[in-house]
Amino acid sequence: MDQTVSIEKPPARLGSRIHGGLLALVLLLVFNALVTPNFLQLQTLFVNISQVATIAIVAMGMTLVIATGGIDLSVGAVMALAGALAPLIFLSEFGVAYPALGVAVAFILPLIVAGFCGLFNGAMVAVLGIQPIIATLILFISGRGIAQVLTNGNLQTFSNPAFSYLGTGKILGLPFQGWLALAIACVLFLTITRTTWGRYLLAVGGNERAAFLSGGPVRRVKIGAYVICAVLSGLAGLIVVAINSASDAARNGNLMELDAIAAAVVGGALLQGGRAPIFGAILGAIIIQLVKYTLLANGVEDEVALIAKALIIVAAVWIQQRRKA
Amino acid sequence: MLLSMTGIEKSFGGVPALRGAGIEIAPGEVHALIGQNGAGKSTLIKILTGVYRRDGGEISFAGHPSEVLSPREAQEAGIATIYQELNLVPLRSVTENVVMGYEPKAFGMLINWREAHRRTREILARFDIDIDVTAPLGSFSTAIQQLVAIARAVSLDAQMVIMDEPTSSLDAKEVEILFGVIRELKSQGVAVLYVSHFLDELFEICDRVTVMRDGQTITTRQLSETTKLDMIADMLGRNPDEVAAEGMTEFGGAAAKRGPVRLHAEGVATGPRLKRFDLTLHEGEIVGLGGLLGSGRTEAARALFGVDATQSGSIEIEGAPIRLEGPAEAISAGMGFLAEDRKAEGIIPDMSVRENLTLALLPKLASGGQIDFGREREIVERFIRTLGIKTADMDQPIRELSGGNQQKVLLARWLATEPEILILDEPTRGVDVGAKREIQAFVRDYVKKGFSVVLISSEFEEIVEGADRIIVMHEGRSVGELTNPGVTENMLVSALAQHGEGGAEWTRQ
Ligand SMILES: Nc1ncnc2c1ncn2[C@@H]1O[C@H](COP(=O)(O)OP(=O)(O)OP(=O)(O)O)[C@@H](O)[C@H]1O
Ligand SMILES: [Mg+2]
Repeated sequence: MDQTVSIEKPPARLGSRIHGGLLALVLLLVFNALVTPNFLQLQTLFVNISQVATIAIVAMGMTLVIATGGIDLSVGAVMALAGALAPLIFLSEFGVAYPALGVAVAFILPLIVAGFCGLFNGAMVAVLGIQPIIATLILFISGRGIAQVLTNGNLQTFSNPAFSYLGTGKILGLPFQGWLALAIACVLFLTITRTTWGRYLLAVGGNERAAFLSGGPVRRVKIGAYVICAVLSGLAGLIVVAINSASDAARNGNLMELDAIAAAVVGGALLQGGRAPIFGAILGAIIIQLVKYTLLANGVEDEVALIAKALIIVAAVWIQQRRKA
Repeated sequence: MLLSMTGIEKSFGGVPALRGAGIEIAPGEVHALIGQNGAGKSTLIKILTGVYRRDGGEISFAGHPSEVLSPREAQEAGIATIYQELNLVPLRSVTENVVMGYEPKAFGMLINWREAHRRTREILARFDIDIDVTAPLGSFSTAIQQLVAIARAVSLDAQMVIMDEPTSSLDAKEVEILFGVIRELKSQGVAVLYVSHFLDELFEICDRVTVMRDGQTITTRQLSETTKLDMIADMLGRNPDEVAAEGMTEFGGAAAKRGPVRLHAEGVATGPRLKRFDLTLHEGEIVGLGGLLGSGRTEAARALFGVDATQSGSIEIEGAPIRLEGPAEAISAGMGFLAEDRKAEGIIPDMSVRENLTLALLPKLASGGQIDFGREREIVERFIRTLGIKTADMDQPIRELSGGNQQKVLLARWLATEPEILILDEPTRGVDVGAKREIQAFVRDYVKKGFSVVLISSEFEEIVEGADRIIVMHEGRSVGELTNPGVTENMLVSALAQHGEGGAEWTRQ
């Protein structure tokens, strides 16, 4: 087998879309360098990388779901749920008695729970045929509620260096979660371009009936996308908790669905499915975060920043529609 | 002249599709446009209607230079178009599809649905179609959808109507209805531009024919002064005598040495559209399903392939009863099914030719979930070569291929899996005369190796000449059988007419 020919070359159209994204990125960087005080400092970079990483991790999962023609509104709620579980575990009697095991379980169990959330979403969509927006609305509403019940609505603070490494650790001077996001991106990219599952994912999003008639495992592919998206959301929830050394079920992942969808779409995902630009999602996450940062650093109100984000989504979708026409 | 296009140039990403093409059409003329797959017919039309921007050349319509920038503008200028790939919305009602963009309004803004339904029924009545116009369009057969698209275009009071392969999914009776409408348009002074690969039907309806080859328009002739052979020779760019020497059809029914029984279906029913279907398929045999629209041919194919669940009856493969839960199982049981609707059930538009071609083969192309790209390219290359698929390279998105070439990719998708039982629903839809012959020969070679084929075609000629045996179907039942050699189109027609008073029924699927 010839290994050298096997990396897929991205279609030319994708290239031009990414160029648009890169252009936006350069503009944002130049604008900030000129206007925003202290922008060109290492500290700024670190703050932004750790924020970008969480958005990017969720956005990559969202990209997979969008590639099937779906959408997942429950990502923020799943973040809150996973984030609430972790401290409960390592602060429990068991966790205190066996600290190492406690931290390990605190990483793994929340991700498994998140996986089940994804399974629920996926089954609603793929088996019962419910519209993705409605199907994931259920956990969007109830997931955060469960997280708050688990924590009695309290802010849980803790000091656990081993767990906090996820949010504050550094490798080669750069935040650990940044490397983690990059590693996930590489794995997902290879999965999409080189495996049958990835091929089927794009086929299902591109023309579900055709994929089904050609023997594609439509249900399995869709459920898989929702499960991966939920597990990645759970991971992002853990990162946020680790950064803050505190878990706040009311705020963890709040409005993350908006950021993730925006990042995915800015990165080139088509809402009708059939395309899964993983590195585009990272670029999208960087852009979204920079917009947020730019507005905050220049004293613009939070609420206005929200409107800006909504406008970005609208603009990205509009550009997509025009390209298609 | 009503329309004159001259020196039209168009390339896609540096690859020329049109090189100085041109056409002239007089008012009230029915003008045929023919050429091999990928010759540039659809592209020429799309330039006229503003779907694509031309790189060079002149267009004048109704005496004015035409600068149409969008299909909507073309429609308003008096050019109504039925594109090769139907642009309808299957989930919307028939009425919505027919009046889309031109809805009758009450009080200036609300849509007057009662009026819309009435108008739609009236438009469809011209085509002898009497259906529930409030039902989703997608619930009707491809042929009805095609007729609805035509009806919509014709209803728009155009000076010129363009039809890009309108008859590719119609049977003889529907084609007659369509021709009736075309004659009526002609008598009202409306010009018709008519693209088709069925050269015989052109003589019945067209005044002149323009032949395209490799992006150029080669000649325009009066149909009364030309022959089918001349047209084919022009299309291929070869000498008529040479073409004549090679003959025209290639299937050759009853060439089979048939082996033991491979598949046996008895009393299979899946619902109101398929009530009782019997079939015995031997090794090395092509069995055709003959019938009119709504006779249950496609439903029978879907039942065999496990798409529709069987309510009663039994299916045996190699003597063992089998219950298929969907296409994936059917494929691993050694079956393949080329579906009739290329756009809705066949292509994945944004994926490349390569990815489309190997979609059904994917499980066999992978080990441990990893795709073997080397083998994939090898297989794709082989099929592009043997079927003569015209594509810039195998990584070109399939939607950029011409209709006939898309069809060849889909056929290759199934041939690549080497199924023991291959079900072909309209396998040569939209492919040119030459390629049709090649495909038929390919299928014949395939069964000679001992494989079995179930063939569905609304072209009686293809079935009569291609199949070793023909199962006659009527209203969801298999009602008779004809055995080659010796079957003629007339025999099939009269077998169909015996059951039911010669009626296609416009029932919902
Ligand atoms: N959007 C596009 N992008 C790139 N190439 C295209 C595009 N549309 C058409 N082509 C190319 O232009 C050529 C002419 O295609 P066209 O669809 O006009 O053929 P056609 O004569 O209608 O064939 P058919 O009989 O198969 O429908 C083909 O080689 C096709 O691959
Ligand atoms: Mg065409």
